[in-house]
Amino acid sequence: MPEPLLQLEGVQTHIGPYHILHGVDFDVPAGSLTMLLGRNGAGKSTTLRTIMGLWQASSGRIRFDGRDITASATPDIARAGIAYVPEAMGIFTDLTVRENIVLAARSGPVDSARLDWMLGLFPALRRFWNLPAGNLSGGQKQMLAIARAIAEPRRLLLVDEPTKGLAPVMVRSMIEAFKALKAAGETILLVEQNFYAASVLGDGVVVMDDGRIVHSGPMSDLVTDQSLQQRLLGLSLDAHQ
Amino acid sequence: MTDMAEPSSVSELPITRTDWLPLALVPALALLALPFIGSPSSWVTLTVAGLAMGMMIFLMASGLTLVFGLMDIINFGHGVFISLGAYATLLVLGPLAAWGQADSVALNLTLLGLCIVAAMAVTGIVGAVFERVIVRPVYGSHLKQILVTMGGLIVAEQAIHAIWGASPIPIQLPETLRGAFVLGDIVMERFRVVAVGIGLLVFIAMQLVLNRTRLGLLIRAGVENPEMVEALGYRIRRLFVSVFVAGSALAGLGGVMWAFYRQTLTASMGMEVMVLVFIVIIIGGLGSVGGCFVGSILVALVANYVGFLAPKLALISNILVMALVLIWRPQGLFPVARR
Amino acid sequence: MTATSIPALFDETRVRGGFLQGLLSSDLPRSRVLSFILLAILAILAATPFLFSGSQPLSTAAKICVFIVLVASYDLLLGYSGIVSFAHTMFFGIGGYGVAIALERLGASWTSVAVGLAAALVLSALLAAAIGLLSLRVRAIFFSMITLAVASAVAVLASQLSEITGGEDGLSFQLPFELRPAFRPLSEPLFGVTVNGRVVAYYLVFFVALGVFLLLLRLVNSPFGRVLQAIRENEFRAEALGYRVVAYRTAASVISALAAAVAGALIALWLRYNGPDTTLSFSIMIDILLMVVIGGMGTMYGAVISATLFVLAQSYLQVLMEAGSTALSGVPILPNLIHPDRWLLWLGALFIISVYAFPGGIVGRLRQGRSSRA
Repeated sequence: MPEPLLQLEGVQTHIGPYHILHGVDFDVPAGSLTMLLGRNGAGKSTTLRTIMGLWQASSGRIRFDGRDITASATPDIARAGIAYVPEAMGIFTDLTVRENIVLAARSGPVDSARLDWMLGLFPALRRFWNLPAGNLSGGQKQMLAIARAIAEPRRLLLVDEPTKGLAPVMVRSMIEAFKALKAAGETILLVEQNFYAASVLGDGVVVMDDGRIVHSGPMSDLVTDQSLQQRLLGLSLDAHQ
Repeated sequence: MTDMAEPSSVSELPITRTDWLPLALVPALALLALPFIGSPSSWVTLTVAGLAMGMMIFLMASGLTLVFGLMDIINFGHGVFISLGAYATLLVLGPLAAWGQADSVALNLTLLGLCIVAAMAVTGIVGAVFERVIVRPVYGSHLKQILVTMGGLIVAEQAIHAIWGASPIPIQLPETLRGAFVLGDIVMERFRVVAVGIGLLVFIAMQLVLNRTRLGLLIRAGVENPEMVEALGYRIRRLFVSVFVAGSALAGLGGVMWAFYRQTLTASMGMEVMVLVFIVIIIGGLGSVGGCFVGSILVALVANYVGFLAPKLALISNILVMALVLIWRPQGLFPVARR
Repeated sequence: MTATSIPALFDETRVRGGFLQGLLSSDLPRSRVLSFILLAILAILAATPFLFSGSQPLSTAAKICVFIVLVASYDLLLGYSGIVSFAHTMFFGIGGYGVAIALERLGASWTSVAVGLAAALVLSALLAAAIGLLSLRVRAIFFSMITLAVASAVAVLASQLSEITGGEDGLSFQLPFELRPAFRPLSEPLFGVTVNGRVVAYYLVFFVALGVFLLLLRLVNSPFGRVLQAIRENEFRAEALGYRVVAYRTAASVISALAAAVAGALIALWLRYNGPDTTLSFSIMIDILLMVVIGGMGTMYGAVISATLFVLAQSYLQVLMEAGSTALSGVPILPNLIHPDRWLLWLGALFIISVYAFPGGIVGRLRQGRSSRA
């Protein structure tokens, strides 16, 4: 078995006085889409932010492509090849759609083949190409945020709840876009609350609760095993209410 | 793929509405003043003088608002960079005094240019040190920033006293920049015309950098969401330092113009003008370069018109303008979106 | 005595009951050295007319009393509320001008003093409330910039409206008879000192200053003061808990302005003069800022210590520096650096170091010293 692209070992994170992650271990194999599931406040977003270096892990180890990035600064982690789409999308509303993409492509202009592929995934962006991104709808901003993450080839995409707050039709097009990204061989770690989206997209799945990993394995196991689903998602649901 | 199902109609009407109201304030104000002033020639004279003053204030204020916008740093020591820029002219005016006395536009303007270069170099370097020593330890705390930059101001003003002496130093405008252009009844001081030119030039250059270069995009992006800029792989610290240095150098440039306008150097001249600078960046919207530009012109024009019509009121006209603007728009003319 | 509504913030060293605790609002110095220094300052200030002869020590002592009030009231803003005002000298000046203008226009009577002080207090409260409401509802840093702007406008106004304020020259005026040197309340000398109107005036300054200081101490230890500190620590949380941040901070700003106006009235009464340089100047504003930070933000007692040190240094240390500077003449740069005009340079550096390394200032150091020994 080849070494996973991303490896978390016993990662703990404190935010101010609060202990959020209590030892998180999981792997993201290269070329696959790993789903990170769990109820609100389980620590999914914190996990992504910790990988990205936006919170500093207080203990444990994060390895990316065999390299220890636990203590690296955010820009260095990004330069190592990790793209991040935060939950709030992080769109620069004052900049145009084009300018948002230009900034995301650090090494220079995006070549036209890649641009066509990107805009093929998210055609709406083409229409608003030269308008301030603040004018986009929520769904379009989400598309822009993902387009930004793939403006240049990256090794790993971290995406935080891309379907949050979207209308059903937009959720479906988002799922199609992720299927296309999978087909293109991207490695993705995707946080989701929407179990349907998770079940059709995920290769592997990691379930978190209260800052810990409570389950990890192939997505197919979770989809077929009703009792496991009941236990994990029932637990999530109960805890949620 | 479609976005027709989006509940919001924003996507159907993706029109950037330029916020023209604040922009219209300036011409509206100028026109409104005309009937009160009566004589068109006095009006032109006052308007040009006001524009020149506005440009000088803009030069001094632009760096501060830029630094605030990107770094969320409020630098109460900004004034000392104005003073420092002013004193730096001495480095050039001393050895090249003859160029200033020569009756040659080219030599005179070159001298002014050299003064500006010297001032921007000195203030840029001191700005880098100031950022490292004074400001960096207090990122994130406005209270400490105000205190520490105030402390930096005190120390730097005293250092100016120790280096150049505590008594005011007179300086002279280069020969051909003295006096005024006279067109019929209209009198326009030459130096003020130069100030308008330099102010416009700097404003246009800033706009170009901010809108047409990657650096500018990064600055604008960093104003809104510094964390995302880092997540895209840019080292925001480097950006911070360069913007702080640029902001200090701009203050130095403003200091040169201010020095030649006042023709006297004092260590506290920067802090004295900071009052206007703060008013202007509050009016413009903290962090907005365009707002700072409009605010500077607005404040200077009002001061000039009021000074002509009711001299006693001119002293508090700035405060009144600020109060009115804040009542109209509590965040300033062009509120800056943050985070 | 002290009603504290937030038990969690109640320090076990602040024991209820007892006259002293009541007087000090249960906010004791909490350091033996600090207590000793404070007591010494109090005793010396109380007995100055009988300890020293000549007018210089008495003037210095009066100035110390006034600055204690001025600095303590600024501490209410900076230390307890976490907002930086640059208009404190404006209120100091308004107090001074209120008394000065009233005494000059209405004659040398106690009524004039009362009218002038009342007018100054009303104007200060209105101005402080207006500035607070206009700026604090947006952002706390607006407050700093706007106070700076308004204060400088008022300073210019005061020097321009010379028919009323005397312009740059300021106003000299007569005091009520009881405060003039010719007034002799006692026929016999007391402890070998002839008690005259100047001594009465000194005690007026002393007791009013003491009273205002104790009131401020009471205030910062009241529930109101606790809320201010909670806002300082976490504005958003305080807002979320239902405290109206703008209202509390504006109220603090008004109270602080009132105390500064009282201090201004005292200094005008003591000097029999008020002008832009004695109360309104920006350099006094800087001095106040330095004193609060170096003394210790949010301690109140820091005001007593730093005001005392500062005024003494202004009166005596600069003479020493002068001597040192002259002695070193001939050496390059050095005499320039310890020239008395340069003392702000060193204070500024001390100030910056204080903000970074000793946010508790002198009082914080003294208290720390005690707890580390204990």
